[in-house]
Amino acid sequence: MELILDGIFKAFQLLFSLNPEVLGITLLSLEVSGAATFISVLIGISSGMVVALNHFPGKRFLVSVVNTGMGLPPVVVGLFVMIFLWRNGPFGFLEILYTPTAMIFAQAVIATPIVMGITIAAIQNLPPKLRLQILSLGATRIQMVWFLIREARLPLLAAIMAGFGGVISEVGASIMVGGNIKGYSRVLTTATVMESGMGNFDMAIALGIILLLLCFLVNYFLTVIQQRERPR
Amino acid sequence: MKSFIPKSILWITVLLSLPLVFSFTAPAAEKMQKNIILATTTSTQDSGLLDVLIPIFEKETGYFVKTISVGSGQAMKMGEKGEADVLLVHSPDAEKAFIAQGFGVNRLLVMHNDFIVVGPPADPAKIKGMKSTKEAMEKIAQAGALFLSRGDNSGTHSKEKTLWKAAGIIPEGQKWYQQTGLGMGQTLNVAAEKKGYTLADRGTYLSLKKGLGLDVLLEGEPLLLNIYHVIEVNPARWPKVNAPGAKAFAEFMVAKKTQEIIGKFGTDKYGSPLFFPDAGKKPESLGL
Repeated sequence: MELILDGIFKAFQLLFSLNPEVLGITLLSLEVSGAATFISVLIGISSGMVVALNHFPGKRFLVSVVNTGMGLPPVVVGLFVMIFLWRNGPFGFLEILYTPTAMIFAQAVIATPIVMGITIAAIQNLPPKLRLQILSLGATRIQMVWFLIREARLPLLAAIMAGFGGVISEVGASIMVGGNIKGYSRVLTTATVMESGMGNFDMAIALGIILLLLCFLVNYFLTVIQQRERPR
Repeated sequence: MKSFIPKSILWITVLLSLPLVFSFTAPAAEKMQKNIILATTTSTQDSGLLDVLIPIFEKETGYFVKTISVGSGQAMKMGEKGEADVLLVHSPDAEKAFIAQGFGVNRLLVMHNDFIVVGPPADPAKIKGMKSTKEAMEKIAQAGALFLSRGDNSGTHSKEKTLWKAAGIIPEGQKWYQQTGLGMGQTLNVAAEKKGYTLADRGTYLSLKKGLGLDVLLEGEPLLLNIYHVIEVNPARWPKVNAPGAKAFAEFMVAKKTQEIIGKFGTDKYGSPLFFPDAGKKPESLGL
């Protein structure tokens, strides 16, 4: 118990003293996972809309694959991304293994099925006649898609939060493709693993608390948007 | 329907694209050919030695070192595949095979410390004070006392396998033998929690000793030496390897100034050095 209190104390000490290393690690976590979430939102919501609004053979199968992908184990993603990005691998010429860019890529792979899966469910959950109504009022197809996105605002924001939560907290892929390099690709989760491996449990707890605070702030911001009265 | 552009989506786009801009400028600022990938063991990282040495090297040479800390086995696999430029490892037999197969060049002796057998102070197998690991391993097996193995192909794990082999014991599958598959620090914590024996390098043990509750029960046998070498990955085999960078790093590790830092590292914190510098010495002089 004492250790946990020490950790909490240390977390606030590190935050208020603006410890440059911890700040750097925290910012990098936000940058990497934010960028990965952004990419996954672009791909996930657009492809999710396409799947949800169209009927085609194999749709059920595809949706099952996407739903399975919502539980993709980060270490498995990390392993495959690492093998692809190896110098002598198919994408070795990019030379991005052990960089934050590689981490963004791996995390985007993890988050995209989460965002896409929830998008499909959210759009399919809208009343089926809504589309026809919007179109009959003279809206173009693009206007209809925007309207549907707005109508499904609550679950879509939940999709973004789930995607972000999935990647900010993962450690397996980040450590494999980022390498936990000090001052360069070390993020909150990989630093926590390292510090606990080194026996610095107070530091590990402090980093864990900072991670929770960061998650809370981001989710608070998204929730404020989500719960706002709909502008009319 | 006043506006078709939902404000919330705009907001999120702005929020999430800010980090994107930052994260793409960061990697662009570095010079690609200046990167060195150093594959090394968890013990050099966990002891904190590399955190001291690498900034000095980077400042002196302008290279950027990407330290990937894994077990010695995995570090050498990375070297075999040309995925690392230089290795700092402690698994001499495997290293010799690595060189013989042409995967690496210029294997240089850097430093040593030693392995120790640690266990609970109660010492259920009564190995304390013994002089030979052979007898101690036999005792542990006879007593059926819990032994925690790294089980991760690291240098420590391969040393442990050598010790079992020397004692003529096959521990795999025995009830008292458990493999953690974790790094040294974590394995020490598991051993402490489960009150088991384990083989550890002295550096990691000393840096974790505080609050661990494990005693050194066996030490000082020549067989327990833990020797670190630096190896450059063979550029003839893998043209993408940063050969000049690897060479510079190897030269740095055996340079007189670096060796002095290694010899002093840890004295202020633990009262005794964690590593003993050995550059230029013959392996035989260490009692091999």
